[in-house]
Amino acid sequence: MANTGWDEFEIGAMLRTFDGKIDDIAGTLQEDRAYSPNSSFVASVADWRIEKPIFAKDFCIDCQFCWIYCPDMSIIARDKKMIGIDMDHCKGCGICVEVCPTNPKSLLMFDEHSDEETELAQWPAKEEKK
Amino acid sequence: MAFDKMELKDIEVWDGNFAAAQALRQCQIDVVAAYPITPSTPIVEGYSKFLADGYVEGEFVMVESEHAAMSGCIGASAAGGRVATATSSQGFALMVETLYQASGMRLPIILNVVNRALAAPLNVNGDHSDMYLGRDSGWIQFDAYCPQDAYDLNFIAFKVAEDHDVRLPAMIHQDGFMTSHTAQGVHTLTDDQGYGFIGDFKPMNDMLDFEHPVTHGVQTEEDWHFEHKARQHNDLMTKVFPKIQAAFDDFEKLSGRKYNLVESYDMDDADVCVVCLGTSVETAREVATEMREKGIKAGVVGIRVIRPFPFMEIAEALKGVKAIAALDRSSPNGAPGMLFNELAGALYNTADRAMLSGYVYGLGGRDLTKKHLVDLYTELQANVDAGKVTTQLQQFIGVRGPKLSFL
Repeated sequence: MANTGWDEFEIGAMLRTFDGKIDDIAGTLQEDRAYSPNSSFVASVADWRIEKPIFAKDFCIDCQFCWIYCPDMSIIARDKKMIGIDMDHCKGCGICVEVCPTNPKSLLMFDEHSDEETELAQWPAKEEKK
Repeated sequence: MAFDKMELKDIEVWDGNFAAAQALRQCQIDVVAAYPITPSTPIVEGYSKFLADGYVEGEFVMVESEHAAMSGCIGASAAGGRVATATSSQGFALMVETLYQASGMRLPIILNVVNRALAAPLNVNGDHSDMYLGRDSGWIQFDAYCPQDAYDLNFIAFKVAEDHDVRLPAMIHQDGFMTSHTAQGVHTLTDDQGYGFIGDFKPMNDMLDFEHPVTHGVQTEEDWHFEHKARQHNDLMTKVFPKIQAAFDDFEKLSGRKYNLVESYDMDDADVCVVCLGTSVETAREVATEMREKGIKAGVVGIRVIRPFPFMEIAEALKGVKAIAALDRSSPNGAPGMLFNELAGALYNTADRAMLSGYVYGLGGRDLTKKHLVDLYTELQANVDAGKVTTQLQQFIGVRGPKLSFL
């Protein structure tokens, strides 16, 4: 790809998500789709991120707010259950944390280099209402 | 298809705007996204009336600006429709950002540009400032000299632009008011002939093809941008002219009307000639005929396709001519005119490098009269007799006050 000449690609500022024809894409999970190398799904933009969200499953009530609000479709949900974050595409915007309604929050932002297990071990306690 | 056909007389009395609107009807445009601006408004108004009256199966999208109009056209074209619109002047200027998107995305949109001056001062009349503004935008640019041309060139433009070897947008230019609002006899095609000439739209990489999803309008930086631009320029330089010539040939077979990349009149033995665009071509032709009665071998060259520029063809058309005038109807604002520059480039490496002088005329709808052209031809003949350009290289015609010339 890197050495493709000016006359070797399709015209137009256009990229194909899949090589060739696809069927029933709505019924196929992302991880099972044969994305082409041109699809942004296979490109990691993790290095855009300065802070990252960490997900504490124990407090999650599967309300799906984070899944709805995530501007980059980086909340991975299956069967209406939140199962994790797509760290290849998350830009660290923090919207999921902002909209998380649980107490304590099930998602919090941390420095990109912080250790997930360490942070989960010292997750904040429930805030008492005053 | 669910629309009515229209019975047309062999010759209808149409102005340039209505001729273009009729062509859009006969081409059965799927989507017109448009914003009104004088003098081009009647084109899209005409289409919307044909649509409302059931003569077209399509969509008219009313938008809040010309920028949005072309953006809507880009979306509809990327989705896979046959798309056209019209604009002029300030509206064209507002469209410029999206013109480059349309051509870079290789979308075969047809834009009827009714040429009008650019403010300030505000002016609704015809000159070529907007046409010149679009000349580096990567579009194909056709130039109509009269309502008949405006009608015919729409069909030709669709045929060329939509060809899968071309896939570039195209403009059809006509002079504001002089063509757009002047009714003349226009030889028509029947609806079947007109539509049959361009055929059904053949989509390419359309977004509504759900079995082949595509992303349009991608971002490329220093790693890819240059290759895309090089490809577009290559296709403009090498692929467009053969397709235009083929379309001209097919159109001649269909209608009997012949178009050329460069239109030459009385050029076989011409000593002096005028190179110009738009309605001025017809005025110059009349004057050239009269000059020949006075013994001056005068000719006229009209450029039919401005972009891509017919570099070789114009050099060929000007072979043997001794003195040439390039007429620019747009203020060059600190440079020689566009036509002067392009002709200089085309002629510089030729053996008989003719004397070339530039004239700026007709800004904001100022008339170019026959008297102006008689004087101009006389001046060119004086150059021939003297063996050198006897005037300054850039002169203004028809402006009040002391004579204005430069270079």
